Amino acid sequence: MHKPFAITLDVGSSLANHTGSWRNARPVYVDRLPPCNHQCPAGENIQAWLFHAESGDYEQAWRKLVEDNPFPAIMGRVCYHSCEGACNRGKVDAPVGINSVEHFLGDEAISQGWKFAPPQASTGKKVLVVGAGASGLSAAYHLACLGHQVTVQEAGPLPGGMMRFGIPKYRLPRQVLDAEVQRIVDLGVTIEYNTKVANVLESKQSGGFDAVFLAVGAHIAKRAYIPAGDSAKVLDAVSVLRSMEGEDQPMLGRRVVVYGGGNTAIDVARTAKRLGATEAIIVYRRTREKMPAHDFEVEEALQEGVMIKWLSTIKQAGESSITVEKMALDEKGFPQPTGEFETLEADSVVLALGQDVDLSLIEGVPGLTVDDGVVQVDNRMMTGHAGIFAGGDMVPAERNVTVAIGHGKKAARNIDAWLQGLEPVATVKHEIATFDKLNTWYYSDAPKTVRPVLDIIRRQSTFDEVQGGLDETNALFEARRCLSCGNCFECDNCYGVCPDNAVIKLGPGKGFDFNLDYCKGCGICVAECPCGAIKMVPEEI
Amino acid sequence: MEQTVVKFYQTGTFTVGNRLLKPDQRSVQANTERNNSLNSGHRACQGCGEALGARYAIDAAMKATHGQLIAANATGCLEVFSTPYPETSWQMPWIHSLFGNTAAVATGIAAAMRVKGRSDVRVVAQGGDGGTTDIGFGCLSGMFERNDDVLYICYDNEAYMNTGVQRSSATPPAARTATTMPVGPHPGNVFGQGKNMPQLAMAHEIPYVATATVADLRDLEYKVTKAMSIRGARYIHIFVPCPLGWGAASHDTIRLARLATESGIFPVFEAERGEVTGSSKIRRRVPIEDYLKPQKRFAHLFGKDPDTVTIARLQAMADRNIRRYGLIDEEK
Repeated sequence: MHKPFAITLDVGSSLANHTGSWRNARPVYVDRLPPCNHQCPAGENIQAWLFHAESGDYEQAWRKLVEDNPFPAIMGRVCYHSCEGACNRGKVDAPVGINSVEHFLGDEAISQGWKFAPPQASTGKKVLVVGAGASGLSAAYHLACLGHQVTVQEAGPLPGGMMRFGIPKYRLPRQVLDAEVQRIVDLGVTIEYNTKVANVLESKQSGGFDAVFLAVGAHIAKRAYIPAGDSAKVLDAVSVLRSMEGEDQPMLGRRVVVYGGGNTAIDVARTAKRLGATEAIIVYRRTREKMPAHDFEVEEALQEGVMIKWLSTIKQAGESSITVEKMALDEKGFPQPTGEFETLEADSVVLALGQDVDLSLIEGVPGLTVDDGVVQVDNRMMTGHAGIFAGGDMVPAERNVTVAIGHGKKAARNIDAWLQGLEPVATVKHEIATFDKLNTWYYSDAPKTVRPVLDIIRRQSTFDEVQGGLDETNALFEARRCLSCGNCFECDNCYGVCPDNAVIKLGPGKGFDFNLDYCKGCGICVAECPCGAIKMVPEEI
Repeated sequence: MEQTVVKFYQTGTFTVGNRLLKPDQRSVQANTERNNSLNSGHRACQGCGEALGARYAIDAAMKATHGQLIAANATGCLEVFSTPYPETSWQMPWIHSLFGNTAAVATGIAAAMRVKGRSDVRVVAQGGDGGTTDIGFGCLSGMFERNDDVLYICYDNEAYMNTGVQRSSATPPAARTATTMPVGPHPGNVFGQGKNMPQLAMAHEIPYVATATVADLRDLEYKVTKAMSIRGARYIHIFVPCPLGWGAASHDTIRLARLATESGIFPVFEAERGEVTGSSKIRRRVPIEDYLKPQKRFAHLFGKDPDTVTIARLQAMADRNIRRYGLIDEEK
């Protein structure tokens, strides 16, 4: 062995030195639950579908979205998008416009004619869904995807439930509703219209169904006693909105008073404006802060010239006028009468005081309990009667389309488990990716893209859709604002910042791994991960 | 600075890579084909900023020279932790001679390459702040003055870390080191002394001088790449936090470099022929305390009775940098 002067050893690589033995904590890649996903009543995996939208693969984004919710185009219009309120980006500049990207994806799917993936192999099980509203159709979709034979029985002449008979056209154009329902029908779901289920057990028996999902909604308007003259015109909000779908539009007159403070009251007042009312006045007994209607809807209504009379109750209704009493809030925040009266001119009064559930079909069902006018269900959406599940507005929950769709999905998955004789699978929720888990330095500042809003004059006189959609560039821009909270988006930061080259890049879509032979456990990768997808765990020593 | 601005609202241009960018727009470090010039198994401390800065810089230089690169290395942490005989972490031709002669050794290599007609082979010299601002300063000044075709990279961690954290002429005022203890009426390092090495390099009017930090990889790679496109003497001063010497958490290395630039205490700029040609703007300005507090070497400034006078003097230094290098755009 010949070596130069004073050299006794061959040159070696430092790779022989396994510095991983220094470590007392190791980094681990994790998937944390993004706050938007956590918030979504329909359980959408928002971060995951935005991930595909970011790269411009809208079809893949849409397919990811409809794994949880078959109605993206409807959601993009009527969902109250509480996800955006939870969005971590709101703490950086403004929340990601999740709802507007969903709107875009839904419309894109309709214009491109994307279809659902064919269902899994038939299970041979038959499921009856009662009611073709948001919840029933959502359940039918998920059950059909799982390979069950689904029949939907609907009392009305058309599908959609409150999406059609409660939400005005200016918020949800009917061709959008029809397109998304048709896609579910194309999956092999049978919808029988004008078929009112009188007794659920009889229908289940005669149709040979293995399970039932009840989703009849809440369509009976609550009444309040108002002394009214013979000629006074007192209507209820449900029938006014329902008759908008028929040939004959309701005759409300020039001056319309709406009684109530929920979203339905706003919908009726805005509808009245569009029907030509010169005055649409909402009478509500409490204040704006206490109003259950969503603030943006109140704002849009005020822009369109709807007037709101706060702290007032209707005492009496006459032929062309009503008497209202002023209220004052007591120290507990409840409205109390003041004895001060006022007269308002009114051609008609529309009551929008909430809705009750028509429970006639479940009378005498053993084990099934009704409390406070709604059907009680357990954590898998099953009623007290085995095999009969329920969801949507007829069970205790917030009443909106997204919640109803979420019920449908949850019930469908539990019906599937129940039919197979499986225990309900408790879903393990990941830790939430809270703002403090992020390193927002790596995201550049970018303001939210605002959707176009229909010109005010056209809003007051037509039923055209008020809120438009984003175009492709805007939607892409908006999707790319997503911080990808808690889930790796392959930014290569960990791969770059490791002083010990101890991160292995596995290639596109495959993520990264740690080379624990050399990782010293410094934690820089955790500190510099923009989205909080790595955490340190102590080594067992 | 002439950087192509790629707007990516998810990640900005600030992350190492981005799946949405074309491969040629991504950083050198994002590429699995990167040279890993300073390989795994080196014995630097957990979270070493110098190890990180050296890989960032040399990988970029290797890419720019198609692997035709020789490095001369001064004595210091970088040399000690990377080459305990007979192991080496360097995946490139690399030589260590003495503490103070690195610039001269590099000059010699460059001269040899010229004689051999190997204009494709380029030379870098690298060292810590001690080997650059103190011990090797004479050789380095000569290299600048002769305009030898060498890129000299100084990894500045603001003290002699290898021998146990002694003060260097790059140690900041008020900082505790083994030789500037926090005792007496003016605890820590004194004000008004030390060397501003980038300014000294600029005074030689060499073709290119730049500063960079491990907190801005893209800027660092851009500057190294630009330096390798130029012939003659070039100098890059890279700010590399030292968790051990500064008394900081090992995971805070990049964060500290970021706070140093965002407070203004370490200005990031480039200069050609002695004139500043561009500076990196502060994105989210922070007070100097945000930078000082995570470091135990400044702990004596805080506590129950904060030394507001000294903190204000350090803040004034940061403010001066902001004015001097235009680190904040004037109100538009």
